Amino acid sequence: MPVEIDIEHVARLARLDLTDDEKARLREQLGAILEHAAKVSEVAADDVPPTAYAIPRSNVLRPDEVTPSLPVEEVLANAPEVEDDRFKVPKIVEVE
Amino acid sequence: MSELCDLTATELGEKLRAREISSVEVLESCLGRIDAVDSRVEAFLERTDDIARTQARAADERIAGDDAPPAAGIPLALKDVLSTRGVTTTCGSKILETYVPPFDCTPWERLRIDGGVLLGKTNCDEFAMGSSNENSAFGPVHNPWDLSMVPGGSSGGSAASVAAGEAVWALGTDTGGSVRQPASLSGVVGFKPTYGLISRYGLIAFASSLDTIGTFTRSVRDAAALLSTIAGKDPMDATSLDQPRRDYTKGLDEGVAGLRVGVVKEAFGEGVEPGVKASVQVAIDRLSELGATVSQASLPHADYALSAYYLIAPSEASSNLARYDGVRYGLRVDGADSVEMMTRTRGAGFGAEVKRRIMLGTYALSSGYYEAYYGQAQKVRTLIIRDYEAAFGGVDVLISPTSPTTAFPIGAKVDDPLAMYLNDVFTIPANLSGMPAISIPSGLDEAGLPVGVQLTGPVLSEPTVLRVANALEGALGFEDRPGLLGDLAA
Repeated sequence: MPVEIDIEHVARLARLDLTDDEKARLREQLGAILEHAAKVSEVAADDVPPTAYAIPRSNVLRPDEVTPSLPVEEVLANAPEVEDDRFKVPKIVEVE
Repeated sequence: MSELCDLTATELGEKLRAREISSVEVLESCLGRIDAVDSRVEAFLERTDDIARTQARAADERIAGDDAPPAAGIPLALKDVLSTRGVTTTCGSKILETYVPPFDCTPWERLRIDGGVLLGKTNCDEFAMGSSNENSAFGPVHNPWDLSMVPGGSSGGSAASVAAGEAVWALGTDTGGSVRQPASLSGVVGFKPTYGLISRYGLIAFASSLDTIGTFTRSVRDAAALLSTIAGKDPMDATSLDQPRRDYTKGLDEGVAGLRVGVVKEAFGEGVEPGVKASVQVAIDRLSELGATVSQASLPHADYALSAYYLIAPSEASSNLARYDGVRYGLRVDGADSVEMMTRTRGAGFGAEVKRRIMLGTYALSSGYYEAYYGQAQKVRTLIIRDYEAAFGGVDVLISPTSPTTAFPIGAKVDDPLAMYLNDVFTIPANLSGMPAISIPSGLDEAGLPVGVQLTGPVLSEPTVLRVANALEGALGFEDRPGLLGDLAA
């Protein structure tokens, strides 16, 4: 059976503006894809450990040395809005 | 067919070092081919002719001074998810349409230092999500063997550029098959090495535990040479393996006598085209004639790999693509506050497939569903790895078709995501297990479209995989070139 999804809720979590058409299409397509994907539960027994990386690595460290960073002006050149060497964004906090 | 741009990098390297030709001549041959065919193939999103001419002249000076690594003077193309300093890198997306990276990805840095010549950036599915190149925000790529067909994806532009003789070799990325599948559909060699052997620094992330840079070439020897230039430990990528830089062309000619080849029995079932099965069977017979011991092998959980992949990859993507928020780079659509700005920016900037995967991944990772989807998929990943370990207890390499079908018409599968995802059913397991896998052309089907055969080996078995592929390539003698090029000669 296709999986029922609360598209509005997931879109809010993903910070994604969707049209009504997109929502309707996604509800149908994701329902079908998830129905197929749910097959994983048929074989994923409790005693099988999960794998996050095929070739596990842990605690990859480097010497704590100062190295040159990227040039500030080159990095900021890609930003939509900049002020005093900083990224500028619309207001974040509500002001009473 | 005698143009320089149709030769392999190995052949060009010999002629360059013998001073029979110059790298400027090789470059002009490639640029001429791009001029002649790319309005129809549409492999390139951006050409870097001026950069290439400067680099070709510098390569000629190095060759004159007898300081020429194998990559010196060889024109190449890079998939547009690979960061190039000062050259626009779009990921095939509107959201990064004007993004100019302030640094080079490590593989291009290594190629550049060795005298590589950058032709430009190639088209791809948006953020490497797709199997047909139709998800690019900048239009499809056309398969040089039949312009009405897809070249495969997501690295469709890189595959097509090498097939059409526009680039001598190219880099792509392979998260679920995005190098091997387009190589198969476009009739070239596509190699995805062991996860972590090539640094991902500067590769714009899709699914970090699966993303692997891979090569497109017109011979196995070129694949080994290109890998030798770009592989090896990089401190800029924490998942980069502690492997030295080495020459992977050594031992290529040792043959397959005594090696054990396992035929993946699950890869010859329903949904595999008869023309694909027949061509891969020829390849299996050739390996047997060359002295390899051929037996049946099984990956019992292969049926579940696709399901696991379409939970793991979108989950990682939904997290990685959170960075496109209209703040530091790329598109911004204004809003009353930051959240509205981000939500509108992402709604306007991403295409349909990327939205689909972000939504899928966000759902699979969301509270209440994480264990049922993402957690279970990670367990299946363990089962896939165990399948391979068991199989490699009895054989040295596994053989299967690369893709169940040959190239399909542009538009044929765009409205059916599940049908599109099935293209990657034989390539995904090697991403889940991190193992090296190569696709080489095995022949043509009844419609004259190329078929690819895939060889997979255990982690870090690159020398064996390349050696078998090289022997098989020699025995198959696949010399066909796309019809488009025949038309040029006429």
